[in-house]
Amino acid sequence: MSRNTSRREFLLTAGGAAAGIGLASVIAVEPARATPATMQEAIRKVVGPARVNPGRVKLELPPLVENGNTVPLTVSVESPMTAADHVKALHLFNEKNPQPDVASFRFGPRAGRASVSTRIRLADTQTVVAVCELSDGSFWSASVNVVVTLAACLEDA
Amino acid sequence: MASALINVPARAKRGEIIEIKALISHPMETGYRRTQLGALVPRDIIRLFVCTYNGTEIFRAELHPAIAANPFIVFSTVATESGTLAFHWTGDRGFSETESVAITVD
Repeated sequence: MSRNTSRREFLLTAGGAAAGIGLASVIAVEPARATPATMQEAIRKVVGPARVNPGRVKLELPPLVENGNTVPLTVSVESPMTAADHVKALHLFNEKNPQPDVASFRFGPRAGRASVSTRIRLADTQTVVAVCELSDGSFWSASVNVVVTLAACLEDA
Repeated sequence: MASALINVPARAKRGEIIEIKALISHPMETGYRRTQLGALVPRDIIRLFVCTYNGTEIFRAELHPAIAANPFIVFSTVATESGTLAFHWTGDRGFSETESVAITVD
């Protein structure tokens, strides 16, 4: 074996090993993430065996977010908000933050309007889902896909 | 000491739907961030926000780490009678903060 080849081989193996170590440390630092499957699980936990129908919920989020640390969000449901027919709760979920839950808001007929705004964190480009629970026991949902350029949760403290 | 900022109309007509804005200063530390030395920063978030109108609960929010720092929540209620709106935040490390606002309904 010539001297040149062994040097090349050495560099190849060294480079490979370094890349391997780099990858391993990235994986070690990265927190466990929610996945679409864990989000479905989280939704199931809230909804139980009931069916979730698409529609009725209006979820407003900017389609392109520059800073995932504060994403303004409004979720509302058209409802008369009477004692007989009102929105009991609104739940928010995400796919790719470390946890699938975002928030749960509980209303009564005294809310007057089933609408809530807040600011959330998004760790990645992903789909945000809102699920509403009506007083008749039915569940409705809406989802919005959001592109995030600067992710939350990644910077050092 | 955390400080809260509440925006409620001072006067309202009976039966009118009023908008309430509640902001509180809080870092909402997620518990997923690390220091430069690699140590995990412990979680410190507000977990629950409750609003009561003359003692009756009208709105409740259960929060998770995905809520941005300085939680800001906008919701609404029907102005039924004059009285006080009380806001209560509770969270990790024994965090507890109460704020109340008077409202006149005519």
